[in-house]
Amino acid sequence: MIDLSSWEAYFHDFGQFFNGFLFTLALSIGALIVAMLLGILFGSLSTSKNTFLRGFARIYVEFYQNTPLLVQFVIVFYGFPLISNYIIMPSIYWTGVLCVGLYHGAYIAEVIRSGIQSIPSGQMEAALSQGFSYLDTMRLIILPQAFRIILPPLINQVVNLIKNTSTVAIISGVDLMFVTKSWSALNSNYIPAFTGAAVLYFILCFPIARFGRKIEEANKKAYSL
Amino acid sequence: MEKILQVLTPTNLLFILQGLWLTLKISFISIVLSTIIGTVLAVMRNGKNPALRWISSIYIEFVRNVPNLLWIFTIFLVFQMKSTPAGITAFTLFTSAALAEIIRGGLNAIDQGQHEAGMSQGFTSSQTMLYIILPQAIRKMLPAIISQFVTVIKDTSLLYSVIALQELFGSSQIIMGRYFEAEQIFTLYILVALIYFFINFAISTYARRLSKRWAQAAE
Repeated sequence: MIDLSSWEAYFHDFGQFFNGFLFTLALSIGALIVAMLLGILFGSLSTSKNTFLRGFARIYVEFYQNTPLLVQFVIVFYGFPLISNYIIMPSIYWTGVLCVGLYHGAYIAEVIRSGIQSIPSGQMEAALSQGFSYLDTMRLIILPQAFRIILPPLINQVVNLIKNTSTVAIISGVDLMFVTKSWSALNSNYIPAFTGAAVLYFILCFPIARFGRKIEEANKKAYSL
Repeated sequence: MEKILQVLTPTNLLFILQGLWLTLKISFISIVLSTIIGTVLAVMRNGKNPALRWISSIYIEFVRNVPNLLWIFTIFLVFQMKSTPAGITAFTLFTSAALAEIIRGGLNAIDQGQHEAGMSQGFTSSQTMLYIILPQAIRKMLPAIISQFVTVIKDTSLLYSVIALQELFGSSQIIMGRYFEAEQIFTLYILVALIYFFINFAISTYARRLSKRWAQAAE
């Protein structure tokens, strides 16, 4: 069953896979920065009192949560150059960062919104009545409590973000997924390539997922006396 | 404008609707199968038998921490399956792991006293699970299962590029091959994005309503 020569070939070309892995990593980091910034911005907007801002945040979140990431990828990568007469031509890396960032920004915004809203409004009223300003209340009272609640689902989103960067392979971005697909097709050598890719993704995602679960367990213990 | 209208012919729209039908069919079958397998996995992972617990944990963790796209490729290339069964298998494979965790969360949210009360009334362990725990847990997790449906519908768009399945995204790509003008192609992109949006928005709004109503009913 285990064909040693196919594994030999795999390890011989492991450099390619490693480069793909680095591209996945770079894409994940870039997209995470965009997603966090958008998530914090739109998450706070959705808790604001201004109806217009709240509506704006709602539209962003609903649009991105309800359309496939792949459709957003092809619109940005193939559609924008076409419609702008090849003036807007994002590179594959920036397409990936932008699309994955916008997509997960919507999810992170929801995580942050529900975290802030899970803090009873009495906390805010109590702080305001004690003479804290709105910003101080947020900074000193609401956010430190919300942070614990936000962290586990946020980390879950980080894992999803890393996994979703693989969508870039479909527009031929040379990430781990693409290298795996093209190398295995070229050498008709599937099992080592796919096993290797699964292991590399797992090594990247599993520790993060585990860390999130640990915090969740710790939160449960902290809140049940 | 005339160019755009050339794209929106009844034949093309019908073709896209057929794609939508396939998307919904694959998603629905995968969700139903995954709910069944996910329930078994969740009960196994919560159970007392260490071997079953391990098998279930390894399956869930391994599947969940690797991209869906990789599973689709694996099912198609390594196991050499046909398009539609490959799509359903791949989606069942990782949706069942995702649902197992949702279902487990629902089961764990039921108070331990319910189980003890059931047992003390002479129910067997599996009867307690079937008649007392599960009906309550389902209320807690059904909205999350419905939301998972949205995720599956979105992710089936990957199937065209990998295994040439003519689902919603795939059918739009096929039509695109017949047009050359930028506006026409862009119209198709926007059309397909809007179809996904309205279907998924309807489903997620329904899930949200349901969870709100049931949260009120529980109080």
